[in-house]
Amino acid sequence: MNQVKNFTKGFLKENPVFILLLGMCPTLGTTTSAINGLGMGLATAFVLTMSNIVISMVKNFIPNKVRIPSFIVIIASFVTVVDLSMAAYLPALHEQLGLFIPLIVVNCIVLGRAESFASKNGVFSSLVDGLGMGLGFAFALTILGSVREILGSGKVFGFDMHIFPKGVDGILVFVLAPGAFLALGYLISIVNKINKKSI
Amino acid sequence: MEYFVIIISAIFVNNIVLSQFLGVCPFLGVSTKVSTAAGMGGAVVFVITLATIVTYLIQHYILVPLEITYLQTIAYILVIAALVQMVEIILKKVSPALYQALGVFLPLITTNCAVLGVAIMVIQKNYNLVESTVFAFSTAVGFTLSLVIFAGIREHLALINVPNGMKGIPVALISAGILALAFMGFSGMV
Repeated sequence: MNQVKNFTKGFLKENPVFILLLGMCPTLGTTTSAINGLGMGLATAFVLTMSNIVISMVKNFIPNKVRIPSFIVIIASFVTVVDLSMAAYLPALHEQLGLFIPLIVVNCIVLGRAESFASKNGVFSSLVDGLGMGLGFAFALTILGSVREILGSGKVFGFDMHIFPKGVDGILVFVLAPGAFLALGYLISIVNKINKKSI
Repeated sequence: MEYFVIIISAIFVNNIVLSQFLGVCPFLGVSTKVSTAAGMGGAVVFVITLATIVTYLIQHYILVPLEITYLQTIAYILVIAALVQMVEIILKKVSPALYQALGVFLPLITTNCAVLGVAIMVIQKNYNLVESTVFAFSTAVGFTLSLVIFAGIREHLALINVPNGMKGIPVALISAGILALAFMGFSGMV
């Protein structure tokens, strides 16, 4: 299998958010700004890559019947690692993401890749797959976060883009809950359009 | 009065799907028909309430006394997975009719982040056992409410003509956005 293809499929062709529609909760919940989206995406990418590596290493020792609980324990361990290190080194971001860090455990992408890819492939392919999918997820979250931040407050990563006239702060609703659904709905329809053209 | 505030806030003001974004996967996945949405909602009410009580007891009688609260995530997810299995087995024996109605939805609930989310939330909010139970139950009712309303909307969406790129998920997400907008009207209540 071509490793480059294996890596890049996570970005557009099999993007976990735009195409596979997995992991919607953190996608909608944490993308109030570009930086939060990026942080959440990278945390998930780390968990995804590490759990893919470990699962592909131990796959031959785990009896088939208890594989799902074993995968969950491995994933939960890495989530705890991320949770504790973020609390120690990035307390501000940790505070912002809050509940969504422990909830990486139940993110469908992580268990989905473990079950459909890492449990059948070698260590290196699983590493590449985890990295590609994880970064694809981070990419999608950053885009959604940027769109919401620019419409909501006229900024991206905190830099003022001056798209709104003086005295207008932005469209507040895009930072609030309904804006998440609206922005993601339009983004997915755009991605659908692009994908249909390329086929 | 205090309980009343918890109930209203959990069902309407801080609706778990539309303002906290937990349980969005089943919200989008099983909301094409009102009857399945109601079945899923019933199963979720049952599991969330039970799981919150059990994880609350584990937190306060095992994890805290032994000073191993850093194992919270691992302990909770295992308990929830085991609990869902157990509920499924017991229901099958005790009430086959209820099992028929809820059966297919039970395995899906393990990966519903609302269950783990509520279990962690009651610990963060420092609720006592009764408050936790009330909070868990009403949060799950809020989930069911939004799921059933959304399923009703989607049944109508299936009948109308939608532009090509918007078919399916995009238009569903935008309707969910409008529904969330409507729920924001409750925000002044508490």
